[in-house]
Amino acid sequence: MIRVALPAHLRTLARVDGEVALDVPSPTLGAALDALEAAYPVLQGTIRDHVTHRRRDFVRFFACEEDLSHEPPTAVLPPAVVNGTEPLLIVGAIAGG
Amino acid sequence: MSGVRVLVGTRKGAFVLTADGNRKNWEVSGPHFGGWEMYHVKGSPADPNRLYASQSSGWFGQVLQRSDDGGKTWRVAGDDRVPGGEDFTGKPVQSNKFVYEGVPGTHQWYDGTPHPWEFKRVWHLEPSLTDPDTVYAGVEDAALFRSTDGAATWHELSGLRGHGSGSAWQPGAGGLAVHTVLLDPTNPQRMFVAISAAGVFRTDDGAQTWKAANRGLRSQYIPDPNAEVGHCVHRIAMHRSRPQVLFMQKHWDVMRSDDGADSWTEVSGNLPTDFGFVIDVHAHEPNTVYVVPIKSDSEHYPPDGALRVYRSRTGGNEWEPLTNGLPQRDCYVNVLRDAMSIDALDPCGVYFGTTGGQVYGSSDSGDTWAPIVRDLPAVLSVEVQTLS
Repeated sequence: MIRVALPAHLRTLARVDGEVALDVPSPTLGAALDALEAAYPVLQGTIRDHVTHRRRDFVRFFACEEDLSHEPPTAVLPPAVVNGTEPLLIVGAIAGG
Repeated sequence: MSGVRVLVGTRKGAFVLTADGNRKNWEVSGPHFGGWEMYHVKGSPADPNRLYASQSSGWFGQVLQRSDDGGKTWRVAGDDRVPGGEDFTGKPVQSNKFVYEGVPGTHQWYDGTPHPWEFKRVWHLEPSLTDPDTVYAGVEDAALFRSTDGAATWHELSGLRGHGSGSAWQPGAGGLAVHTVLLDPTNPQRMFVAISAAGVFRTDDGAQTWKAANRGLRSQYIPDPNAEVGHCVHRIAMHRSRPQVLFMQKHWDVMRSDDGADSWTEVSGNLPTDFGFVIDVHAHEPNTVYVVPIKSDSEHYPPDGALRVYRSRTGGNEWEPLTNGLPQRDCYVNVLRDAMSIDALDPCGVYFGTTGGQVYGSSDSGDTWAPIVRDLPAVLSVEVQTLS
């Protein structure tokens, strides 16, 4: 299981408390996001564009103290994320002063 | 007993204000969707329990919320799960999926260069007059969408953007948006939209084709002041009983049309300034109109620090200031284009919200005013429902 930590506003939308755990068929960033949106369809369009799947500008992906935001969907997640030791962090970027 | 429900959208959430027909004692609920920009919340005329809300965020984009119980509970449109239930179907949620039809093309950017059409947010939701599941969305970048399934899915009515002038439309300071949608209660094939900064467009064939409807507008801030399109129309309004008569608050100038927007004439008359955003019409007197004059396009606050609604009982030109109960000194708030609404009780109630977070109400057609709430986040929109 991959653990995903969502920002507060998306937890509210998805009606979850704390992290979510996902079965992900392959250990990539894109597969994790696909699994997240399949499990919580209400998040579709809030993290990535509905059609292009491009990451929204003020959303960031962090894991194991690395910034994965600019990685392609095929990027393999760090082993600690894949084995569930560390979460994939989806973060609302600091913006607005 | 009759009552009213005022739906308030703010920069940081939505609020629902309710009162009985006396409109003296108010119950305030909210914030709903705290932290999100609520551009517009509006109820269906066909079913007052059906509400639609445009929720948006610079981080997470657009969300479309829907209530089927008058705002007591909400859910994302198209998300049919019951909280905690075992009813998860995995069905995609597409109520925030606004895709322009065909190859979107370009409009003009601020510097005059072509800029691809990109959906940013829903500015205005206009529920059908007859069907609770049908609702129109005016969006940025300027386009009109329609849903016929209670906001679960949306389809562009692309004839508007396909108007020959579309590639020349330019954004106003707040963006390029369809911000007003008026449905003709006597003719389901006719509707009007207003776009900043393109102007008014009218369809007479159910949104298949559109005609620019700006003759008579004169705007000194564009190269050809009398151009067919390019005018920064801030808001238009009509009375249900007389849909061929329209009133307009333009960037500068208050205007009136007596021929369904074929032509416009200025009715600013004795207003202290004819800049402003809101305009609305009395519930029972089609010739009584309300505006809130704002000092100028760079000074977005009332003249002399005095918040005054102006009322014309003559359909324009002759205006009287309404000040009783409104701050008459040191007031420097703005009233945005979707932030005034009028109930259908007798006498009708008038409501407006400010960027300072006040929502003012009058239960006597504007003669006297009182704040319903004083300290909300900046108010983006105000809509009122009259409940029986």
